Amino acid sequence: MPLADIPDLIPVLPEVFMAVAIMVLLMFGVFQPGGTADQDVRSLRLIWALSIVVLVLTLVLVAVLSGERVMAFGSLFVSDAFAVFCKILVLLGSVMTMIISRGFLERQGMARFEYPILVVFATLGMMMMVSANDLISLYLGLEMQSLSLYVIAAFQRDDERSTEAGLKYFVLGALASGLLLYGSSLIYGFSGTTNFDQLAALFDYASQAGPGTGVIFGIVFIMAGLAFKVSAVPFHMWTPDVYEGAPTPVTAFFSVAPKIAALALFMRVMIGPFGDLLQHWQQIVAFVSIASMILGALTAINQRNIKRLMAYSSIGHVGYALIGLAVGDAAGIRGVLIYLAIYLVMNVGTFACILCMRRDDRMVEGIDDLAGLSKSHPMLAAALAVFMFSMAGIPPLAGFFGKLYVFLAAIEAELYTLAVIGVLTSVIAAFYYIRIIRVMYFDDIKESLDKPVERELRLVLAATGLLVMLFFLYPSPVLSSAAAAAAALFAG
Amino acid sequence: MDHLPILSLITFLPLVGAAFILTIRGEVEVATRNARFVALWTSFITFLASLYVWIKFDSSTAAFQFVEKADWMPILGITYHLGIDGISLLFVLLTTVLTPICILASWEAITERVKEYMIAFLFMETMMIGMFSALDLFVFYIFFEGVLIPMFLVIGVWGGSRRIYSAFKFFLYTLLGSVLMLLAMFTMYLDAGTTDIPSLMTHNFPARLQLWLWLAFFASFAVKVPMWPVHTWLPDAHVEAPTAGSVILAGVLLKFGGYGFLRFSLPMFPEASVEFTPLIYGLSIVAVIYTSLVALAQEDMKKLIAYSSVAHMGFVTIGTFTLTVQGIEGAIYQMLSHGIVSAALFLIVGVVYDRLHSRDIETYGGLVYRMPSYALIFMLFMLASVGLPGTGGFVGEFLILVGVFQVNTWVAALAALGMILGAAYMLYLYRRVIFGKLTKEHLLKITDMSPREWAVFAPLVLLTFWMGIYPSSFLDVMHISVLNLLDQVHTAVAASDTLVVAGQ
Repeated sequence: MPLADIPDLIPVLPEVFMAVAIMVLLMFGVFQPGGTADQDVRSLRLIWALSIVVLVLTLVLVAVLSGERVMAFGSLFVSDAFAVFCKILVLLGSVMTMIISRGFLERQGMARFEYPILVVFATLGMMMMVSANDLISLYLGLEMQSLSLYVIAAFQRDDERSTEAGLKYFVLGALASGLLLYGSSLIYGFSGTTNFDQLAALFDYASQAGPGTGVIFGIVFIMAGLAFKVSAVPFHMWTPDVYEGAPTPVTAFFSVAPKIAALALFMRVMIGPFGDLLQHWQQIVAFVSIASMILGALTAINQRNIKRLMAYSSIGHVGYALIGLAVGDAAGIRGVLIYLAIYLVMNVGTFACILCMRRDDRMVEGIDDLAGLSKSHPMLAAALAVFMFSMAGIPPLAGFFGKLYVFLAAIEAELYTLAVIGVLTSVIAAFYYIRIIRVMYFDDIKESLDKPVERELRLVLAATGLLVMLFFLYPSPVLSSAAAAAAALFAG
Repeated sequence: MDHLPILSLITFLPLVGAAFILTIRGEVEVATRNARFVALWTSFITFLASLYVWIKFDSSTAAFQFVEKADWMPILGITYHLGIDGISLLFVLLTTVLTPICILASWEAITERVKEYMIAFLFMETMMIGMFSALDLFVFYIFFEGVLIPMFLVIGVWGGSRRIYSAFKFFLYTLLGSVLMLLAMFTMYLDAGTTDIPSLMTHNFPARLQLWLWLAFFASFAVKVPMWPVHTWLPDAHVEAPTAGSVILAGVLLKFGGYGFLRFSLPMFPEASVEFTPLIYGLSIVAVIYTSLVALAQEDMKKLIAYSSVAHMGFVTIGTFTLTVQGIEGAIYQMLSHGIVSAALFLIVGVVYDRLHSRDIETYGGLVYRMPSYALIFMLFMLASVGLPGTGGFVGEFLILVGVFQVNTWVAALAALGMILGAAYMLYLYRRVIFGKLTKEHLLKITDMSPREWAVFAPLVLLTFWMGIYPSSFLDVMHISVLNLLDQVHTAVAASDTLVVAGQ
């Protein structure tokens, strides 16, 4: 075969590297001596460390990729500044949640080497999603991610809640995938292509015909499937149960990496092929956004379990991010990307705090268990307080800047209703965030949580805490690369 | 930048002190003592630095001085921009005076988590100074909102029995007000294409838009001032906050609203300000008279002073919207003197509270026999609050009445009525606490003020007399800036009037 016929693999290099690495790691893990608890822990640690190395190397590969728009595999796969930005976020999310998961896995008798491999595998799926340029590759990436996620949701297989979470996630997830696939088939049926670029050309402003009813139906089905994946209202109902039931490091992972990947995919699909149909889908996204913000703010108030609270909080955050998508221009997408970057850091930090919540070597998840934390663990309490104030969007913490850019985009596009509802729900949401601070700082201590906190957790806590606190000092790199990524999405 | 970034220095020096306290390790007692001293010295040096600014300040120009500018978020053109004029300088000084006093006042009253307490206060000082010297919308907003974090913690951690309710109420009320202002800021940015406050002051916003923007800013400032009917968070927050928390709350945080009206509402939305003046008058008159009556019925000393704050701030809003030189200067002066006097009154309550842990007026009576010097200090500030000539309180209220009398005699008459009520509740309070027979058993052993407490009050006494006897030191500083402000407003309003006439 002549050399020229080999497809250009440079843009796919990170993914190829990851796929190969996963297979190597899997073989490596299988041939590790196992059986006894000690050996299991040892092989977990080894694979865990190697997976982190793989993720970091992939991160480096992605980062050195130029932001130019290049295609691979007959334009099934696209790599541009937008993909690079989102992949970096996804990989950061995977790395950080992987780092904080080890202690939990070992203590909870989940020391099996498959866990890190599944996480890396899911991450590979996410990278494919972010780079999808065709309805087929979109679906492949999405399923690759989802199947791995179903498994790790039920990873604590002797635990009823974990198994339930996995099963629930699988059944509902399969339903959502079905909706998405059905939507894709409608699009294909009515337009004759699955390629994003060709679809975009077909639905250009210039084209006189306009989309048929079938295409609109297809778009709605695709949106429903994606709304499920990002856990936006009204397709959110799986989130609280899965977040609560899944093992905590898995929840931490769920709350960042897949969410970012799915939102990136959402943006790519809506802006890429259907960008010029904005007027047809803007209302739907605006509704989903408003409903998510309101539901996230109101239902979280009564939660007693911190993981469940984080589930509702994440629904609310998706609502805020979707404001930017509803705006549907470069400023809006920039807002979403900044929001996601900041959300990632805050959320990982918060889950690192949750992973520190142990009493007599057992994990506790009640918000009341945090009572008096500021006295027994002053630094941990301070970190969690920073994350909570940040999520509530109080300046000068990072969370404020995330909200700033989406609201600014909404005002610019004259979507005043969306912006006003957004800020009002953020005040309601502030109530439950500061309630956690109240429990830690104002309530008296009952039983202290275990000390000391593990080294990895401390490391991640310090890093995320400082990032959230000091983001305001030098925000430009994140802001300008998000702006470049957003511009790239519209250039395509 | 051709000069030392002195404003940034003053703004962030307390934060440096806070970071330093964070690193203090060792025995709890030693660490506590060190934390107190570091906090005191930091705030004192900040105060000295602000004095330097005052000396160097050129009060013959209305331009912003000590300006610092640096790129911050270039994709939106947002800059880190600080600078002060005659109005903001005085508020910066008020902040830097009150913070060391607060720290000194909490010397013995706060015994738990002293390190965190001092960090919270220093953080607060940074936010307050930054708020008053910010010259960029978003820089302003960040400082404006950032104060919520330390204040929430101060009320919630070191407060009284209903502290949680009060802290939440304070936090959510103020947050709800400010988020609407944030949206208004976005709109301003999109209309004017800049977030630079000096440029925005000269930008003409469309008249219809001005109404909405004014209302959004009003939502935020009215809560902060606080104006009736959104004042209810204030008595709660004051009552439950520790003494020093109340001092900062009454002394500086309440001025955010008044300052905001002067810095944003008047110069940027002049037509809307004129339009809404009756609303402001109405709410302020209700505040002055109604809250004075409410104050008369209070059984809790701190609550009484809190309601008196609402009444006094009612004067401030009246004065601000008279759009006369006397009215505005009076409003600023009233804010400054109220900052000193109400701070002193809260400290006065703190003195007896530290001894008996009760704020009920019932608990006390006949204190003059055991605490003569306390009675003297109390009388001084009580009279200053009433507006006795020779104290700072008089100048402000007098100027405001002069200003408002030129514009609307009815409002002036009603405001004057409020002054009489003010005298009534303060004198009534004083009589019940200080005079009468010393019969209550727990009061028989109460001790007079300690040297430390004297040290806390001495600067406040000095300032009250200074402001009352020689107001020019302060009025001269603000005069040119106020004239300039009025000039802007009148020109803009006149321009729009001619437009309307021409249209007809």
